[in-house]
Amino acid sequence: MIPKFGPRTLTVLHTLLPVLALSLLLAAVFWRQPRAMSYFGLNLLLNLAVPLMFATLAQMMILAVSDLDLSIGSFVSLVACIGAVLLPQQPALAVAALAAAVAGYALAGAVIEARRLPSIVVTLGLSFVWLGCAVLLLPTPGGLAPDWLVDAMAWTAPLMPLPIWLALLTAALGYWLITRSAFGTLVRGLGANPAAVARAGWSLVRLRAGVYAIAGVFGVIAGLLLVGQTTSADSNIASRYTLVSIAAAILGGAKFVGGRVSAPGAVVGALTMTLAASFLAFLDIAPDWQVGMQGLILIVVLGLRAAIDQLERR
Amino acid sequence: MNSPASSLSLRRAWQRWGAGRPWIGSCIAAVLAWVLTIVGAHGQGSGDLLVAALTFSAFTVLVSLGQMLVISVGPGNADLSIPSAIALSGAVAMLVMNGSNAMIVPGVLAALAVGLAVGLFNFALIRLLSIPPIIATLAGSLVVMSIAISVGRGLKIKPPPMFSDLMTLRLAGVPLLALLALAVTLGIALLLKRSRLGRAVEAVGQNERAAGLAGLKVQRTRLWAYVISAGLAGLTGALISGFAGGNSLDQGQEYLLLTIAVVVIGGTAVSGGAPSVPGIWGAAMFMFLLVAMLNAAGAGPGLRMLLTGLIIIGVIIAASSPARR
Repeated sequence: MIPKFGPRTLTVLHTLLPVLALSLLLAAVFWRQPRAMSYFGLNLLLNLAVPLMFATLAQMMILAVSDLDLSIGSFVSLVACIGAVLLPQQPALAVAALAAAVAGYALAGAVIEARRLPSIVVTLGLSFVWLGCAVLLLPTPGGLAPDWLVDAMAWTAPLMPLPIWLALLTAALGYWLITRSAFGTLVRGLGANPAAVARAGWSLVRLRAGVYAIAGVFGVIAGLLLVGQTTSADSNIASRYTLVSIAAAILGGAKFVGGRVSAPGAVVGALTMTLAASFLAFLDIAPDWQVGMQGLILIVVLGLRAAIDQLERR
Repeated sequence: MNSPASSLSLRRAWQRWGAGRPWIGSCIAAVLAWVLTIVGAHGQGSGDLLVAALTFSAFTVLVSLGQMLVISVGPGNADLSIPSAIALSGAVAMLVMNGSNAMIVPGVLAALAVGLAVGLFNFALIRLLSIPPIIATLAGSLVVMSIAISVGRGLKIKPPPMFSDLMTLRLAGVPLLALLALAVTLGIALLLKRSRLGRAVEAVGQNERAAGLAGLKVQRTRLWAYVISAGLAGLTGALISGFAGGNSLDQGQEYLLLTIAVVVIGGTAVSGGAPSVPGIWGAAMFMFLLVAMLNAAGAGPGLRMLLTGLIIIGVIIAASSPARR
């Protein structure tokens, strides 16, 4: 017996799905460990998601123009290395290095557009470039993040823990940037119908370069926040982010083509992926299954979404 | 004789010849890297280098052939589950063989079966849940990796002596592994050119709708691409475990990005429908010899990766043409 839903209910269900998954995970954690429902507990639980949120937003920018970024993980690692090695002693040099890295991202975007290259391969090559730079900068794990960054990440925010504030802020900022602003409309246009955007008189090369540069800026934020949390870095510190950010963005409702992305969805997706990995610890299940749990949650949510789509088509 | 006109027509002729041979660039690059490495080493050890390149490229070629089939069935198709399939099948192979020569064949078959199962699982996710292939194989690989971790963690079983010997055996100077990879390559090439399935892979990759209207079984073609890809990864997992003297959970890690790079540098179209089999060998050898060349030039690991990345981007730019929209 299939329940009858109006089309509007279905759309609402669609957007609520990732939120629902996140709520269920949180409920499971609170059920097993009521003490997690405190300021301190939530802070601890959601802290790890903070850098991933920004990495996911970076991935979302690239997905919005129907590209895929396989380099974000090593880029965040490189930023973390810059933050732990250059930033404390030579802040000016560190800022210059970060600016150069963002410029590298923009250049990659411009080249992809100008030569019609597959983004997968260019960002794949880019991932080796970032990783190489990170290894050159920090051959063995170490470094020390500057105090101000560490203090900022340990800040006791009023009312709610810092990760929740950051999540709300990021979701709002991302929503404004990609869904509300004129630039965001152009970006999604580039993802859906580049020929139309070109005919309207926009430079696609400049536009794609701009999108990649913004993704780079989000990557820089992610890397600095990460090193603020961990205080030291290594060249592979965030390599997982590449795949997890894709998964989180898709979980949050992004599509691979057509410029259909959602910033609040991406933030919720990043939170869900983080909780999916950590909540097993509360259920006394072996940590072997942590990554598998991320996979399963991805499968369940996307499966449910497909089922909703089926209902919609009926 | 080097007037602009003649050099232009030469260039045109070269472009026309190269247009039907997308693999030629990667092969030239591989030879170039080999020559430069030998020159860097003053002619020492050129044969040893080639044997090493053939051995390691054999693994790369085996998994990349599968990746090539998957990428060729259409835009958005890629197999991200190769590393976890290699990890799980390596562990299973070592468990089944349990160090005994008599169990080599069952062990290899078990590894192959693990791969085929992963392929079926991937396709079931793509088909039943209509998840985009990249995400489906990614999600599937996370689950498979968890299984590999729980099966293979702390596993310290040495491969049977005969299996290890076979992995390093040379016939007339050529590594057995390379001959095996060559046989599989020929098989895949025949499959693509002569079989109904192979023709369907190209047709579906070029235009899924047209292929479907022409009566080809689109989904069955996809299924085979994913199953063959994961099956080859499963086989490779067993071989790597035998070669390395035991399985490890991250023995497949590098193949995630490497297979995609090899397939694309080898001239296969990322948009699907145009596989390039010889290019797999060229690109696999190139990727190995590139590292060897940078090593010989005295580059440390950081510089080596940096240059590898730049060269991948350079190769892909050189192989492209400016935009025409």
